[in-house]
Amino acid sequence: MFQFLIKRTLQAFVVMFIISIFCFLVQDSLGDPTRELAAMSMSNADRADLRESLGLNDPLLVQYGRFAGRALQGDLGNSYFFKEPALTVIMKKLPATLELVFAASFLIIFVSIPLGVFTAIRPRHWFSRFTMAVSVIGISIPVFLTALGLIFIFSVTLGWMPSFGRGEVVHIWGYWSSNFFSWDGFLHIIMPAIALSSIMVPLFIRLVRAEMLEVLSSEYVKFARAKGLGSVPVYLKHALKNTMLPVITVGGVQIGIMVAYTILTESVFQWPGMGFMFLEAVNRSDIPLITAYIMFVGLVFVVVNTLVDMLYGMINPMVDLVGKG
Amino acid sequence: MDRLSFYWQRMLESDLIYYYRRDKIAIVSSLVFLIFALMALFSPLIAPFDPYDLTQLDLMNSEMPPVWIEGADPRFLLGTDDQGRDLWSTILYGMRVSLLIGICAVLLQGTIGIVIGLVSGYMGGKVDSLLMRIADVQLSFSTLMVAINVLAIVKNAFGGETYSNWAMVILILVIGLSEWPQIARTVRSSVLGEKEKEYVDAAHVMGFGPVRIMFKHILPNCLSPIFVISTVQIANAIITEAALSFLGLGMPVTQPSLGSLISIGKEYLFSGSWWITLIPGFFLIAIVIAINLMGDFLRDVFNPRLYKE
Repeated sequence: MFQFLIKRTLQAFVVMFIISIFCFLVQDSLGDPTRELAAMSMSNADRADLRESLGLNDPLLVQYGRFAGRALQGDLGNSYFFKEPALTVIMKKLPATLELVFAASFLIIFVSIPLGVFTAIRPRHWFSRFTMAVSVIGISIPVFLTALGLIFIFSVTLGWMPSFGRGEVVHIWGYWSSNFFSWDGFLHIIMPAIALSSIMVPLFIRLVRAEMLEVLSSEYVKFARAKGLGSVPVYLKHALKNTMLPVITVGGVQIGIMVAYTILTESVFQWPGMGFMFLEAVNRSDIPLITAYIMFVGLVFVVVNTLVDMLYGMINPMVDLVGKG
Repeated sequence: MDRLSFYWQRMLESDLIYYYRRDKIAIVSSLVFLIFALMALFSPLIAPFDPYDLTQLDLMNSEMPPVWIEGADPRFLLGTDDQGRDLWSTILYGMRVSLLIGICAVLLQGTIGIVIGLVSGYMGGKVDSLLMRIADVQLSFSTLMVAINVLAIVKNAFGGETYSNWAMVILILVIGLSEWPQIARTVRSSVLGEKEKEYVDAAHVMGFGPVRIMFKHILPNCLSPIFVISTVQIANAIITEAALSFLGLGMPVTQPSLGSLISIGKEYLFSGSWWITLIPGFFLIAIVIAINLMGDFLRDVFNPRLYKE
């Protein structure tokens, strides 16, 4: 067990190390800090002096050491555009993105699990067939088209829903801005959350259904039935419990993947979160902000995946921990 | 000639054709895909205008609605976009770009995935665990995320102009390189099943080298799962390409793919010109659904677990 935890943690560090090297090389070759610091009229000699005093002529390894050291202290450079530490900019945008991911996860859980269970229990019911057909179509529709379709129907044609921005947000503890405590904010988050969840819901319906079908054909479910238990307790207590294990692990990884889709959703709805900020940074060639975003998101991915893996290893006694790690 | 007709006969009697003839969804989806593929292939012949030719553009024609809406110009079947390009011609050319990128990207990931999967499954041991570890890590980062980040940096490194010229190659490389683990894993798991069989032992005894055994003996027996996953991967690659182009990191506006067309039109959604976005969107969805349904069909046929039912 302990060996497994160590191995997984080590792997996480190796991955983070590779990401940081990548970001360092990008910043080193694309982001010239003298561009930001130097005045237009500065002579080339002064510029060279500045480079020397900033340590830009040191060996690459020394520079990387400095970069990594600063990164570990939370200093990922200053954004060219915002004139602020990049990490501060990201942290300001973080609540918007997290709330969006949270709302979408909520939708995914409460739509896909009941539907998945139902389609597994009654595979030949017309509603199950309908759900499965819709889920094939749902998987085939890109997130941004769902988003544009929603805007076209509910904002442009019907005029019911706001189509961009976060609307009125309520600030909690002076830092976190939330959409869930005002009606206007709530209206604004509905369509982005539906769009973001639209790609995952069909996936989870299929996953829950497949796992549930497998569990339903297992011996212990048959035994529970033979014991005379009613179908509802068998389905919900015996079968669903064991279905949840793979669903949770896949779900953990997918929630990480949703960060990528927030870029698409946020760009359509002009949602002022991290993804939208990243796209703007790309268009403005704001290299420190771009690399800071990559480091930050990379960290989120690595942490989520490592935790999910460890959780899975601990919950599921069938996993050979050391061999797997 | 006899040999040819023998193979033809054998193909007609195969399981694949047997199930295909009985599956209406498979027939319809493959026909739809075939039509789209032909339309894309012969787009220069079918399209009434050349969307890449700037001299044919007239801003006076911009934002014309499709013919079934009042105020349309009969020359433009599906209307025009913001620059006065005929939408029907642009969609035909765009489909060509999208399909080309999708198929080439899958060819690339297939090549890498097959080689790595074969080596990993056949060699086993340290090589295997290292390669699969890398695959695990790569899979845990979503392709879209990796592609967005890499393209953002490449775009900034090369500048917009050079980037536009090389966009297609860069997209194929990025999507191809970041999706190989999907195929590598599939290949590896079937190699693990195959390499224990007698014919591999026989090949060993005959003194063939590992490369020959891997590619000439084991690989042909692993083709069906590769076939299934590649189909689905084409659909995924097309969606990824569309998403990247939509974000402005893919094909430039002058040579639009379906994704960049949708992106052009999103500005005009509010002014009522919905067709610039929604018609290319419809084509994109139709292609992807057709490919996904074909993939579902292939998976059902090739998956021996389902024979029981």
